[in-house]
Amino acid sequence: MEKEVIMAASQPVAYERKKWEKSQKKQNYYRTLTLFSPITILALWEVLSRTALIDPRFFPPPSTIIVEFVHLAVNGNLSSHVMISLYRILGGFFLGVIPGILLGLLIGMYKPVRYTFQPLVMALMPIPTLALMPIIIIIFGITDFSKMVTIAGSVFFPVCINTAAGVSNIDPIFVDVAKNYGAKSKDYFFKIALPGSLPVMMEGIQMGQAIALLTIVAAEMIGANSGIGYLIWMDYKAFILKGMYVGLVIISFFGYFFSILLRFLQRRLIPWQK
Amino acid sequence: MSSDIKIRVHQLSKIFFRKNSSVHAIRDINFEVKNGEFVCLLGPSGCGKTTLLRILAGLEKPSGGSYEMIHGDRNKPLQSMIFQEKGVIPWMTVEENVAFGLRMRHAPKNETKERTDYYLKKVGLWEFRKLYPSEISGGMKQRASIARAFANDPEILLMDEPFAALDEQNKYILQEELLSIWEETKKTVLFITHSIDEALLLSDRILLMSAQPGTIVREKIIDLPRPRKIASVRSNPKMGKEFVDIWKHLQEAVNGNLKGATTSLPNEVY
Repeated sequence: MEKEVIMAASQPVAYERKKWEKSQKKQNYYRTLTLFSPITILALWEVLSRTALIDPRFFPPPSTIIVEFVHLAVNGNLSSHVMISLYRILGGFFLGVIPGILLGLLIGMYKPVRYTFQPLVMALMPIPTLALMPIIIIIFGITDFSKMVTIAGSVFFPVCINTAAGVSNIDPIFVDVAKNYGAKSKDYFFKIALPGSLPVMMEGIQMGQAIALLTIVAAEMIGANSGIGYLIWMDYKAFILKGMYVGLVIISFFGYFFSILLRFLQRRLIPWQK
Repeated sequence: MSSDIKIRVHQLSKIFFRKNSSVHAIRDINFEVKNGEFVCLLGPSGCGKTTLLRILAGLEKPSGGSYEMIHGDRNKPLQSMIFQEKGVIPWMTVEENVAFGLRMRHAPKNETKERTDYYLKKVGLWEFRKLYPSEISGGMKQRASIARAFANDPEILLMDEPFAALDEQNKYILQEELLSIWEETKKTVLFITHSIDEALLLSDRILLMSAQPGTIVREKIIDLPRPRKIASVRSNPKMGKEFVDIWKHLQEAVNGNLKGATTSLPNEVY
């Protein structure tokens, strides 16, 4: 009898532990998959390029790209290009995000503003800011600021539209609660409209971040004499594709880094969301 | 003297106007609520009781008639509404939710803290005060909602079926808790419900409403001694009779409505 009792008490724990260990193993397996997929592709690329099964002029082996990266970094040439691009990206990003949030909030909160600006925003959104670069350059010259304006123009729209959607998606019951408890418009703005729209707004900012990177490369290709986009373009024209790939890798790294940064910020700013 | 009257509603009507049809939500509502009285508005769903409450809460404008709520102490807010479960604001912690009314009327910091802490403890949410609504149960959310209204210290509490979304056990527990908090503050309460049991347990007086257009058709005084407990109200034979009586009324109201709907169907249907 006693033995049975002990069995019943110890067995389930052991059973559950085994299950838990199994699920941990599976988790490790998935992590390995994530890690190995790029490594496998790079290895394959290396081999195919070295054996000239793919044209090494267009697809230089990754190892030589790394060498080129180190070479450029040591030269000091690379960091100045990276810094200037980073400066333009951040400047343009904030130049687009801040007005985007402000107008988005106003559109979401006030019907007259919505009916005045929403159609304009919708109509202007599909126009690629890059197509306006010649005009932007005429107005602002070949300056850092003209790149920032170009980036800002692209970032503005997703942020504005998402913020407006975020506000209008706030459950009307919270508007009632605020009204019934006597919230003044300033309190309504900071306690209801702003935090309530934050989750959707952050999605818009995440999109804006990606668009900023797309835009900077193209903008620097068109009218610049520095920056990563310039580097990519010049190396491409000189047919130094290793250098071009270095530029692409840096952009990819930026995108990854910014995404992680924004996700972190999102968790910090929106702690109520699981 | 009539100075004891807290809420006075006179010939109140609300019509929702659409292009092709207008709906008479409530029609010619008349009633009074005394200071410190607990009144339940009981009626079938769709009888316009929520509309009536929303008008008194200042969230909707009446189409006709008038209402008056006597504001005694100018240092206190006149009325606060206890919304249904989802009225708890998700981006504020339980504590911030409870303090919401006090913050909105910019009450002194120490008063806000004191009252918030008191009602957090009172409704048993003290340990959970730093959590967000998504992290607590439906019953706890409704506790927060009740604490928010009481912490704001209004003269009148308007409650819109606050327990309708809760499971039975939670509902009973919260009803008794509401009664015990109410008994120490003696605020004037107008409580909306479609549950006969709830109305019998809570109220001094029940106003029975008919279905659309909502009007008050009857009044029942519930003179059970307080403090009340669910068990004693349930086992009281007089309350059993009252239940049946109200139930018959509601049945008529709902069936009458159905009959009306049937006869108004176009002939082609048959």
